[in-house]
This record gives sequence, C-alpha cells and structure tokens, in this order.
Amino acid sequence: MLLEARDIEKSYGTGAGAVRVLSGVSFRAAAGESVALTGESGSGKSTLLHLCAGLDRPDAGEIRIDGQALGALDDRGRAALRRDRIGLVFQQFNLIPSLPVAANLSFQARLAGRQDAAWCAALAERLGLEGLLRRYPEQLSGGQQQRVAIGRALAARPRLILADEPTGNLDEATGDAVLALMLELVSETGAGLVMVTHSARLAARLDRRLHLSGGRIA
Amino acid sequence: MRRATLSAMLSHWLRHPLQLGSLLLGLALATALWSGVQAINAEARASYARAAQMLGQDRFAQLVPRDGQRFDQSVFVALRRAGWQVSPVLEGALQTDGQQLRVLGLDPLSAPAGSAPQTVTGRGDLPGFLTPPGQGYAAPQTVRALAGQPGLPRLIASDDVLPGLLITDIGIAQGLLEASGQVSRLILAPEQPRRRAPLAAIAPGLTQRPPQARADIAALTDSFHLNLTAFGLLSFAVGLFIVHGAIGLAFEQRRPMFRTLRALGVPLRSLIGLLMAEVLILALIAGLAGVALGYGIAAALLPDVAATLRGLYGAALPGTLSLRPAWWAGGLGIAVIGAGAAAGQSLWRLAHLPPLAPAQPRAWARASARGLWRQGAAALGLGLAAFGLAVFGSGLVAGFALLGALLLAAALALPGILALGLGVAERAAKGVLAQWFWADTRQQLPGLSLALMALLLALAANIGVGTMVSSFRLTFLGWLDQRLVAELYVTARDEEEAARLRQWLAPRVEAVLPVWSIEAPVAGAPAQIYGVADHATYRDHWPLLDALPGVWDRLAAGEAVLINEQMARRAGLGPGDALTLPGANGALIVAGVYSDYGNPHGEALLGQGLFTTLYPQAPRLRHALRLPPEEAPALARALVREFGLPAGNIRDQAAIKAVSVQVFDRTFTVTAALNVLTLGVAGLAMLTSLLTLAGMRLPQLAPVWALGLTRAHLARLELLRALMLAALTMVLAVPVGLLLAWALLAVVNVAAFGWRLPMFTFPADWLRLGALALLAGGLAALWPALRLARMAPADLLKVFAHER
Repeated sequence: MLLEARDIEKSYGTGAGAVRVLSGVSFRAAAGESVALTGESGSGKSTLLHLCAGLDRPDAGEIRIDGQALGALDDRGRAALRRDRIGLVFQQFNLIPSLPVAANLSFQARLAGRQDAAWCAALAERLGLEGLLRRYPEQLSGGQQQRVAIGRALAARPRLILADEPTGNLDEATGDAVLALMLELVSETGAGLVMVTHSARLAARLDRRLHLSGGRIA
Repeated sequence: MRRATLSAMLSHWLRHPLQLGSLLLGLALATALWSGVQAINAEARASYARAAQMLGQDRFAQLVPRDGQRFDQSVFVALRRAGWQVSPVLEGALQTDGQQLRVLGLDPLSAPAGSAPQTVTGRGDLPGFLTPPGQGYAAPQTVRALAGQPGLPRLIASDDVLPGLLITDIGIAQGLLEASGQVSRLILAPEQPRRRAPLAAIAPGLTQRPPQARADIAALTDSFHLNLTAFGLLSFAVGLFIVHGAIGLAFEQRRPMFRTLRALGVPLRSLIGLLMAEVLILALIAGLAGVALGYGIAAALLPDVAATLRGLYGAALPGTLSLRPAWWAGGLGIAVIGAGAAAGQSLWRLAHLPPLAPAQPRAWARASARGLWRQGAAALGLGLAAFGLAVFGSGLVAGFALLGALLLAAALALPGILALGLGVAERAAKGVLAQWFWADTRQQLPGLSLALMALLLALAANIGVGTMVSSFRLTFLGWLDQRLVAELYVTARDEEEAARLRQWLAPRVEAVLPVWSIEAPVAGAPAQIYGVADHATYRDHWPLLDALPGVWDRLAAGEAVLINEQMARRAGLGPGDALTLPGANGALIVAGVYSDYGNPHGEALLGQGLFTTLYPQAPRLRHALRLPPEEAPALARALVREFGLPAGNIRDQAAIKAVSVQVFDRTFTVTAALNVLTLGVAGLAMLTSLLTLAGMRLPQLAPVWALGLTRAHLARLELLRALMLAALTMVLAVPVGLLLAWALLAVVNVAAFGWRLPMFTFPADWLRLGALALLAGGLAALWPALRLARMAPADLLKVFAHER
C-alpha cells in the first residue's frame, strides 16, 4: 500500500484550550489511485494532508508510506522522505520567489538528486511553460504559478502527490484545466494522488472521495 | 473616528512589540550618542566662556608687550599718570607638589567692572584680598588638591573659577611667581580720557590688542569639538538606519490596513495627521530615554575628554556635567527631527497611495532594479563630489563635507555592489541549494540593506579612524624618539639656582643644553620661541620635514629660524621665506620646517646666541642634559642631594615619553569609545533587521522546508547568510575606511591641527575588526536562526494555510 493512515488523532492548543481536529481517521491510497479529501472548513483536511507529508506529527495513530512508518523517522528522516517520495502542491503555489521558473521547476528533483533535464523540458512543454522559464514567480499569473507548482511536484517523479486545494485560488476554467493536466500527468507517472478540495464537482473527477466531518471520515 | 482610527493603527505595535522595541531602541540610541556628544561640547564651551570672562579677554582691549615678556610695573604707573585707565594683570605657572597651577594676579582697585569673576570682585573682603597672606579663589577641586600646601594665600572655593587656576591679588601673585614688580599685560577700561599721551611715547614696548570676539582656547579647540560632533552625527545616522527600517517595515505591513481605513471613509489628511502624531509620540518617548542615556554616556566620557583637552590644548574642564535645559530640549528636538526624517519617505508614500492600491505588502522586501540604479547614480554623484572636494576643497568644512560625501556614497553603493556580486555567485553556483542560497540572499538585500549600510559606515569609520590614530601613534612615537634625545631634563627654581646648576653639571655631563623659551606672537598668532644650542643632539635628530642646505650652520650663525609645521601651514611659510620675530630688527630666513605633533601652537627655534640677545629677560631655568644613559639615575639622585630639587623638576627621557604616550592614548580614548558604540549600534541594526525580517521570511522558507530541507539546515543557512553578508560588507569597508583615513590624515588633520601625518596600514587590525564584524553579524543572526531551528511545524504550516 502506498499510503496508509490508521487511527490518526490530532489536536491544536488554542487560548481557549485544545481543539481536536482529527479523531481516529483511517484511510488508504494505492499507487496510481487518486483520492479526494473533502469536508467543511476546519474539518481537518489540510491537517491530515500535512500529517501524511510528514510536515507535522499526529498525537496518536500511525501513517505509513510504502510501508515506512513516519513516526519512526526523525526530522531529518521525514525531510528525506518528502524530498524523495512526495510531491507537494499548495493552494498558494508557494514557489520560491528568488528563483526563475526553470529553477523552480527542477528544484525538488535537484534536491532529491534525480534531475532529469529531458523530463523537466517535457513537463514544461506539457504545462505550457516553455516561454516562461526565465521569468520569476511574481511575473506569472495565478494559473501559470500553479502549473509551475505542479511541474515542481512531478519533476522528481514522486511516489505520492499531496495537493492542498491546488485550484482554490484559480477561476473555474483555469482550475479545471490545471486539474485535468495534473490528473493526466499523475496517471502517466503512476503516482498516487491525495487532493484536498472544497469542490464536490472536482472531487467527482478523482477515483475515490473521502469526506471529513467533525474530525472523522464520514 | 480619530480614536477608532488611532486604536486600529496602534494595534499594529501591540501585535509587533519587537518592532516597536527596535524603533524605540534605535531612536533612543541615536539620540543618546548625539546628545551625549553635545553635552560634552556644551560643557566644554561653557568652560571656555567662563575662562574668557575670567581673563577679561572677550570684552576688553589690552596692552601687551611686543616681545611677549613680562615688563616692569613702573610702565603701568607711568601710563596711569599719563591718564590711561589701565589695570595690571600678572599671569604665570606655579609648580606645586603634584600639579601645575596657573596663577592670575589682578588689581581689584583698578580692574574695570566685569574683567574678573563676580565671586572675586563682589565678595567684599577687600582688605583680606589685598593684604598678606591674601586670598586666593580657586575651583573647589583645586582647593582640595592644594590643601596644606605652604606659601599659598588663604584659599576660597568658588564655582566660578576654572579648575587648576588660582586668582589672587597681583601683589600676592608677584610673590608666588617670584616676579616682583612685574606685570604680564594691562587691561584697558572701555572709557578712556580723550586727552592722554600717546602709547608709543610712554610705553614703546607695548602694543594695543583689540577686544577679542572669543577666547583663544575656544578657537583652538573648535576642531576637536567639530571632530566629536562629526562622530556624534555619524552615530546618529547609523541609529537612524534602524529607525528608518522599523518605520518603513511598519508602514508596509500596515498598507492593507491603510487601504481598508481609506475605504471605510477615513480621510487621507486625518490618516497622515495621525501617523505624524504617532511618530511624534514615539520620538518623544525614545528622545527622553535617549537624552537620559546620553547624559550617562557624556558623564562617562567627560573625564577622558577633559584629559584630552588638557593634554592637547591646556584647556581646563571640570570633570562633572551640568544639566542644561537647552541640551534636553536639543536632544528631544533631534529625536523628533530624526524620526521625522526616517518617517518622511513612508508618509510621502502614504500621501500618494491610491485608495484601491493592492493590499499585499509590496516592494519592501523586493529588490527593485530601478531603485538600485537610482541609488547607484546617487552614489556615483556623491563619489564625484567627494573627489572634487579632495582635489579642490580646502579647510575644515570642506574636509568634513568630503568625509560625509565619501561615506554616503559608499553606503548608497553597497546594495548595488552586493547585488552584483551575489548575481555573479548565483550564476556560478552548481548545486541547487547553492543556487537558491545566492538567489535568496539577493532577494533579502533590500530588507537588510539599511542594516548593512549602517554596518559599512561603522566598519569604515572604525578602519578610517583606527588607521588615523595608529598612523598618528606610530609617527608620534618616532617623533618622540627624535625630539626627546637628552637623557635628563632639569628645571631650576630660580635664575641663581640655574646658574649654579650649569656650573655644577658642566664637568659631570657631556653637554648641558638650554631649553629656554618665551611666549610671543609670531606671524599674528600666539607662539613659543626657543633658543637652542649648536649641538649634535639637534643636528642629528631634529625631525626636519623640509630645510635649506646648511640649516644648522645658519641657525647657529643667527641668520635663520626654524619653524614648526603648524606655523608653516597657518602662515604659509616655507624654507627660504622671511619671518620677523618680535623684538628683532630685521627679518630672518626660515631655514627649515619640523614636525611638532600634539602642539596646537606655532613654534620657532633660534640659535641660542640670537635668542639671548633678543630676549634677555627670558627665564633660563630649563636644561636638557646629555650623558651616558646608564649614568642618568645616579645623576638625578645627585641633583636631588646637592640642590634639593623636587622630583617634578628632574625628569628622565623615559618618564617624559611615558607621560607623552599616556596623554596621547588618553586623547583618543573618546574616539575609541565612540567607535565601539557606533559599531554596537550597527550590530543592533543588523539584529533588529534580521528579527523583523524573520517573520516575513517564513513564506520563503516554508516551501523549501516542505520540499525536504530540515529546519536546522535552513537555520544554518540563515546564519551562514548573515555571516557572508557581514564578511562582504567588511571587505568593502576596507577600501572605504582607507579612503576615510586618507581624508582624515591629509585633509581634516591639516585643517584642524596644522600637521600632516604619513599614512600606515594595519592589516592585523582589519582582521580583528573583520572578526568583530562576523561576530556582530553572527550574534545578530543567531537568535532568528535558533528560533527557526526550534520553530514548531504548526507555525511553518500556517504559511500554507493563510494568505501571508
């Protein structure tokens, strides 16, 4: 199994006391499978995604990627896992503003030591970024930036793509186009995809849908 | 509406206490350094004013001897009989145990009103003042120091009198100074009878000196105070970098709020007015703290300043500081002006902000190529101005303008040069992290440039002033070796003892060289004239800068005079020029110019024969003795045994050198202290910039972390970045500092003190300073880096969850 989350619990401390965000969430995602995570605002979708990426630790429960338990890894180990096996796409794109598009696109692949210039060039072409490679993120539109972010996530050929509302900042038409492209590329590379979205319409385009409500999978 | 708007605006500071702290701290430090220096200057100037008032120099014309020597009081009597309303003054130095006392003898009966301090003339006990043992007025600390000393009049403490000065009746002073029946000068009362005999007929040896606008000492020390003021201004400017950075950041962070407030109906005028009020309130709070801190700095530095002024100029300064309302007001004023200057750009931008401007903080942290070009062009213009001033300018003001233009040009050019260098490094980088590191550093430049500019200024000032002081010290030590060749210096207590000494010493030493001198005006300025023997001591060692052939033969023959560099520069004289000395019938040839560091006055050297002919009344008490160095201690003991001379009258070469070096080192203690303070402020500027930027950095760092770098790795890179920027700034500061040193040595020193020094370089000092810069940069970056390394993942994740 590519991704396996079991009995995940997570609370955040606030001024008014601890707020439980996730209460015993379990789910699985197989390689080549695309899973939509939906739910109300504050239902814990992004938190679950961040836990799966090893960006944070659950209070209880276990997450495994390719059989590797994240809880057994230290900070360095989790960073290596993200570099090598995970591709992240954020709603805010989170490109590196100081680097041009070309460097952003190949950034993670180079970090992971798996740069493949031909693949990067092919990605740039597929994503319609060939003419923008020398530009900086601030010189791009939202749709263009998100395409760079998707390209960056795929350039390292990760086993698992985790996308947090990748089309949330885009208009419907651009969002649809970006999602179609992402699904196409994910399918081509055989990676698994877990995507957080508010939109039932977009969720319907993925293989499976998990709905989070009150910190549990409904 | 105003209250609601103000509370919205002030809420920013509650949410960003660190930013508020750095703003207040920056402004308080800037004000403190500025007002501390001003407090010292004000104290010194008040002392000079008191000294001038005390000596009646500023308001009364005087009759002074043409040859600069004391004259018989019968001249005074003759002038009074001829109708001249004059009052005699006798001045002189009295060596007491442990210190030199300046004695001022006045005649209270004939002294015009206002020519002596109020305490002395207005206390009423005239018989007590006039009749032996008499009364002597002195500063409280002088009274304490002189307690129990025999032979002095009854001492009365007075705050009006400068330390180290004793004011007494002229008759008592004549006794103290062993100048029976002698007078130094005569004060002319403002009202004189119309019919009186001409001065030339009664006293041809006297000349009338008009009232002086201000005291000589004030004029002499102007350059020193200008130096201090320039340093205070530099420290103030460095502090303002912090303030400008903090205010600019606060403005950018509040842009969305300003837009919202405008959209909600707050008029632009009200918004600007409230922002100005906010700046004013913050400036007053920081100003008060700064002035209080400045008082502490001034109180700490004043003893060293007093020592410097005494060592360099012989100016007495009390070691305590008075609180002056004008100084408080000035300190607060400069804080408000500084805050206003720092906030000006932000206010101007707010005034031109359209209500529908983008809400996102915009350019604050972004490099604007156009901005860098503009800054580069301004730097080039200032650099050219500095070049013009160096080539064509003259005088102290031009010297300081040159320093200002040079420093500002360097500071403005810094971000552009760094951006260029970082761009080259980015292109040359092979690895992805290296590429990101250089690119990211380049992007951080605008946010850090103010702090880096402050660091550059502080480092360049350190290198410049350090090079100047060290060059001065090296030259001074060499010069001391040349000037202080004699093994022992002996001063007799009177002429009779001096004659006995010469006779006793003749068979016991290799040479007895007279060190006889008088004070007299030469080339329109006060000067000291010395008579020197024709001896190898001078021929082989004297530090001549320029001379005619056969200079010593000409001097011995009484045809020529040697002058010091100060006199040569001020009077525009050089070898071969003619110079008329007071009392001489004709002009003498200037046969050479010698270096004379540390002396503010002009000096002239004559052959001993000519000197005694021209100035027969000059005291002949001091002598330099040449003998094998190992015999000096025994001879010194023998002199004490045979003549009962006090220890202070026999000085060996080593002791004089040690005292001279001590005076020299103390002279620059203040400069060194201000240097360290300025560097400290620059370090603080780095810290506050990095801390305030740390929050803004998260959106740039979080994605890199998410893509597979640990927080610790990122923190190490942040630390490395600060160290690298500090190192680059240091590398650029070296040439700027050397240019600064050249300007100080070749332009400012010549204008301020009248001497030019050779420049030496001290690379070991740069290495030490470089290490200090790295330490400052490293320490400044350490806290933000540690915070990043220990930051909870949840805080980094917020970057992905919220619009930043």
